[in-house]
Amino acid sequence: MSYFLQQLINGLTLGAIYGLIAIGYTMVYGIVGMINFAHGEIYMIGAFVSLITYFVLGVAGVTWVPLALALVLLSAMGFTAFYGWTVERVAYRPLRGSFRLAPLISAIGMSIFLQNYVQLVQGAQVKSMPPVIDGGFHLMETNGFVVQLSYLQIMIMLTTVALMAGFSIMIAATPLGRAQRACEQDMTMAALLGINVDRTISTTFVIGAILAAVAGMMVTLYYGVIDFFIGFLAGMKAFTAAVLGGIGSLPGAMLGGLLIGLIEAFWAGYFNAAYKDVAVFGILILVLIVRPSGLLGRPEVEKV
Amino acid sequence: MPLRLAAKDAALAAFVALVLAIPLIGFTTHETGSGTIVETRFRWVAIAVAVVFAGRLAWAFVPWRARRSSAPRLVQHRKLNTKYLGWLALAGAILWPFLPFASNYLIFLATTVLIYIMLGWGLNVVVGLAGLLNLGYAAFYAVGAYTLALAGQYWGIGFWEALPLCGVMAAIVGVLLALPVLRLRGDYLAIVTLGFGEIIRIVLINWQSFTGGPNGVNDLPLPTFFGMPFSARAPGGGKTFAQFFGLHFSPLANATERLIFIYYSILAVALLTNLLVLRLRRLPIGRAWEALREDEIASRALGINPINVKLSAFAIGALLAGFAGAFFGAHQSFVSPESFNFQESATVLAIVVLGGMGSQLGVVLAAIILVTLPEFGREFAQFRMLLFGASMVAIMVWRPRGLLSLRTPSIRLPEAPREAAP
Repeated sequence: MSYFLQQLINGLTLGAIYGLIAIGYTMVYGIVGMINFAHGEIYMIGAFVSLITYFVLGVAGVTWVPLALALVLLSAMGFTAFYGWTVERVAYRPLRGSFRLAPLISAIGMSIFLQNYVQLVQGAQVKSMPPVIDGGFHLMETNGFVVQLSYLQIMIMLTTVALMAGFSIMIAATPLGRAQRACEQDMTMAALLGINVDRTISTTFVIGAILAAVAGMMVTLYYGVIDFFIGFLAGMKAFTAAVLGGIGSLPGAMLGGLLIGLIEAFWAGYFNAAYKDVAVFGILILVLIVRPSGLLGRPEVEKV
Repeated sequence: MPLRLAAKDAALAAFVALVLAIPLIGFTTHETGSGTIVETRFRWVAIAVAVVFAGRLAWAFVPWRARRSSAPRLVQHRKLNTKYLGWLALAGAILWPFLPFASNYLIFLATTVLIYIMLGWGLNVVVGLAGLLNLGYAAFYAVGAYTLALAGQYWGIGFWEALPLCGVMAAIVGVLLALPVLRLRGDYLAIVTLGFGEIIRIVLINWQSFTGGPNGVNDLPLPTFFGMPFSARAPGGGKTFAQFFGLHFSPLANATERLIFIYYSILAVALLTNLLVLRLRRLPIGRAWEALREDEIASRALGINPINVKLSAFAIGALLAGFAGAFFGAHQSFVSPESFNFQESATVLAIVVLGGMGSQLGVVLAAIILVTLPEFGREFAQFRMLLFGASMVAIMVWRPRGLLSLRTPSIRLPEAPREAAP
């Protein structure tokens, strides 16, 4: 029981991180209809910016942890958002309105580029960071097995919930959210009604990058080690999460992320850790066979 | 563009570059024994910003851009004369090993290009003709290569006996994957194939007792020339290739002979593949693929069974990947799971899309470009994948429909005979 609880906590933490990345995929897909393959790399860049900012702050003498973390968060969000904006501007905007696979190939190229760029400028070796937030609650103990809920895990989950809530409000009630929903339904019509479609799409990429940066920072804090390759697998799983939840649906992305995190944690905890990714993709295939448009996705209406 | 505007534009680009460069280029960390130290590299940042500024400024004055006006214009489809290009390429391919500059390295490289051309043609059936986005194509490639490796290891089967088996195994795996997931549409199918590709790779890594795990399999069966091996001594008292042709045996010459033989074998199989695909396109099944790509509902209404048609496309694509995988195994005489990662699938997909979907010749061009491009950068190995990614983006932005984007209608109706004027 206590082992189960521990895996549940670990799974939820992991799932929150996947969910944050998945939102970036699902939003971009909802509006532009393309798989943004470079999104995983954006998340990786967020992790690198966080780590570098943390050490630079250390040199600058900012050692009070809450202030340092807040600054790290701001810096990661700001710089990563710039990367997200640039990627869209360079690799996707010229291809808007082109045929479906062109942006996908461009995105794959961008992903390869960013990965190698970071490897080149930051080195291929793993970078590590000392634990910043220590400690946690001991929830229960059975037969000497202690169930831990660390402060960091609480912080990750709270941040995710807060971001999700703020985000849902933004989509539902602000002019930007309305513009995004309008673009999602019909880009031409939205443009005719005076919405700056290009700017809305750029903003979507920027928001996705900000969320990915938050996820990147939390992963850096949580695991303490990052390298230039972390974006690929995390991006792939986050995209799987977005599809599992129903692509284009924000609650779906969050739900999918949590499910993927839980599947991974429980599989690694109870079965074979080597096959945890197989389990994730296997369950994705099973879900899609039963519900072809994902858990919360609207079934696509086929039109002639 | 006037200079002032161009300078302003370039300054903006330089500003963006500055912001992008500060965190990742400007600083880096090193872990030393006594802790992590931060290194600043502002000179690099300055260089990056200067390069972007100069590049953007120069870009504004590139002559071919100046001609472009913002006024709407008729879209002109320049028709490339590709009629003789294919024959020229074929002649070049046949003569390649005997050209004066051909070295072992160049023949090796050309064989790699041919393997990718075969992969590209196979994926072209799935993506270009049937319109099914497959992001896990390397899985079928892996099945082909591993079938050769494991059949050789466990049953002692030679290359030519194993070759059909490789194709069939890959096709079976393709059908097994396709059966449950073909109901999915577009990008859902893409992510499932992507996941499937990863599953195959993870299984190959972790099933150590059977596949050798991350170390892979060594000593794959090499192709023989009608039963005559390329070695110093033939097993079982037969003749070797060198003995049969009365050639003097030396390890170096033998390696070259084997290389050339593999090259011609794969060239022959690739040409057969090309012929097969070209024929299939004209058969009802090929027309059904294209019909399904264009409009699934309409083709269903016309009585095409989408499941069968998609299955056949998947199976044929997988079959060709299996053959290519077998040749890859023989070519490298070593397989390991790392050869079949997502980057491999992405490269093949890029070949198909860059070539212009559905164009056989386009695949050839794109394969030559994408395979040889990283080779040019060998001296600056660190930069080559960076350039590879950047050129993928650049080519797509430059020609979004691929290099040879001409799509011929696969059926051309004869001109209706003119009624004689009364």
